[in-house]
Amino acid sequence: MSFLVLQGIQKRFTGSASAAVEDFNLAAEKGEFVSFLGPSGCGKTTTLRMIAGFELPTAGTITVGGNDITHRPANRRNVGMVFQSYALFPNMSVADNIGFGLRVRKRPKDQIRKRVGELLELINLPDKGGRYPYQLSGGQQQRVALARALAIEPEVLLLDEPLSALDAKIRVALRKEIRSIQRQLGITTVYVTHDQEEAMSLSDRVVVMSEGRVEQIGPPPEIYNFPATPFVASFVGTLNLLPAVVVDGTAARISVADQEIRGSRPVTTAGRGRVTVALRPEAVELGEGGGENRLRGTIEDVSFLGSIVRTRVKIADDATLSFDQFNDPALTPPGIGDMVTVSFPAEATLVLEGTTSPDAAIEQAIAES
Amino acid sequence: MTAPPRVGDRGIQTAISSATATASTTRRGPSGSRIASWLIFILAMLYFFLPLVATLEFSLRAKPFGAAYTNTLKDPQFFASLGYSFVVGLITIITSTLIIVPTAYWVRLRLPRLRPIVEFVTLMPFVIPPVILAFGLIRSFSKGFLPLAGSQRGSDVLLVAAYTILSFPYMYRAVDTGLRTIDVRSLTEAGHSLGAGTLRILWSVIFPNLRVAILSGAFLTLAIVIGEFTLALYLARPAFGPYLQHLGQNASYEPAAVSLISFGLTWIAMAFIALLGRTSRGAGGRVEVGGAR
Repeated sequence: MSFLVLQGIQKRFTGSASAAVEDFNLAAEKGEFVSFLGPSGCGKTTTLRMIAGFELPTAGTITVGGNDITHRPANRRNVGMVFQSYALFPNMSVADNIGFGLRVRKRPKDQIRKRVGELLELINLPDKGGRYPYQLSGGQQQRVALARALAIEPEVLLLDEPLSALDAKIRVALRKEIRSIQRQLGITTVYVTHDQEEAMSLSDRVVVMSEGRVEQIGPPPEIYNFPATPFVASFVGTLNLLPAVVVDGTAARISVADQEIRGSRPVTTAGRGRVTVALRPEAVELGEGGGENRLRGTIEDVSFLGSIVRTRVKIADDATLSFDQFNDPALTPPGIGDMVTVSFPAEATLVLEGTTSPDAAIEQAIAES
Repeated sequence: MTAPPRVGDRGIQTAISSATATASTTRRGPSGSRIASWLIFILAMLYFFLPLVATLEFSLRAKPFGAAYTNTLKDPQFFASLGYSFVVGLITIITSTLIIVPTAYWVRLRLPRLRPIVEFVTLMPFVIPPVILAFGLIRSFSKGFLPLAGSQRGSDVLLVAAYTILSFPYMYRAVDTGLRTIDVRSLTEAGHSLGAGTLRILWSVIFPNLRVAILSGAFLTLAIVIGEFTLALYLARPAFGPYLQHLGQNASYEPAAVSLISFGLTWIAMAFIALLGRTSRGAGGRVEVGGAR
């Protein structure tokens, strides 16, 4: 039986025409790390707040370890929460902040001192117990907030965009730390984020949400490779869409800007019929070594994104294609305006028939993948 | 010459003030601007200190030198009335704090729509004159279930209740401003998630973080209670206000001395608050919630 179960959860705020969360179902196992991923206003934080007990669902039930906690007050749920704004008590030292939950539970003083010491070690701040929150950096404050939430040994740990106020480098370091601590303690964790990289790298499973509804629940590779809805396909990763015409449907031969390529399967559209080609950027390579399909075009843009270089190639006026290359010192990226050839395998070439709009194309790409 | 804008701690503020100073210097010229500033400063100081100097000078005319002060300090009624008002003031502050802090906290947290109504209610003492409040209290509490106006202790209770109402505008504003400087919602939710109830959160988290705000409101309340005359007179209580009025009718130099002594006490109270604000660690004096440094 699953440890954390959300069944038919709905939330309607008074005076609002639409539901903030609609028919949300999730069953998380003990020790699982689940992320809620979606854009602002998709209902991910509202769902988290319902698990924490700060919001009451309009319909549905929430159970933890088989106990229905739907209507239990927040302070009797034993659910730890880490806030985006840290929410450390400014009048208390770091040690007092961490020990607050234990003092509320009337634990003996020496036991509190011991536990606080252990947690300070766990978050790598053993000598900062006497400091006040304003004397710490953002990253350190968030680590203290994590220790404070863990001190009470919660059944479920909730993290509401805990890294979004931090700079990129600290964010990456801290997310590794969060995952390592979570694994070490084996605590069931729900993590809210709008950053797909964060969700993908941290989670056992990702819940992609849009407009209050669950779009897809699955492990990160499944979410990326097999998106269940157009929204997931467009929100997670990128997809190249190129207009094309059919040359020979049975042989899956099509033409993009008068350059012939081969699709992954036969096409039913008649000769000269219009179709759309869908390609993931990682399937495309610069040069002729990436597969039997080749397209020539002009470099329109080259962007350095740290570990990767993203290049955009103009195949025709209405057809541009992006692809990524790993950045290494030996890499010489092409210059803007250079004529280049890109290649990709026929298996990665998804031909979408009878589609005109990008949304419809994405929808069909999903249906066919 | 104006120093170039420094970027670092408070860099933007420094840059803005430097830029403003540069702009005003360019417009009026360096000497003109400085003279105008000094002139305004001197006028403000004269406006503030001249009445005090005049009062001091008048109080020192009593013969022998300083007699107004020695007479005042020798008068047992001076200390008795001041002590009475001080005790009433302290009880008023405690009562007012216990009413206002939970109310302002709850309005901010759960009932933000009621804020204009609560603000209006707390402003009522500015609209209703104390004399009406005094007669209303006497009429309502002379007979019936609570004939408080009939006994001395009962009148003390009425006086504290009336002063509590008078303190609302000052206390509510001070506390509300204090609440604005902390993330009340997140702190409360953090407390709840750690197992604390609302009372525990109020006592352990909200009150300590409002220390300076409560002290500011408390100081204003004390100043009002010490100087209040109408309510104490009509409720026949031996407070400092009626004593001062009585003294003014029967002595010439002593009222001036008493005014200066009470003024001095006010300054000591202000210095005390400033000191507390400076020594408070994180709480109230320097509240930072969620600020990345």
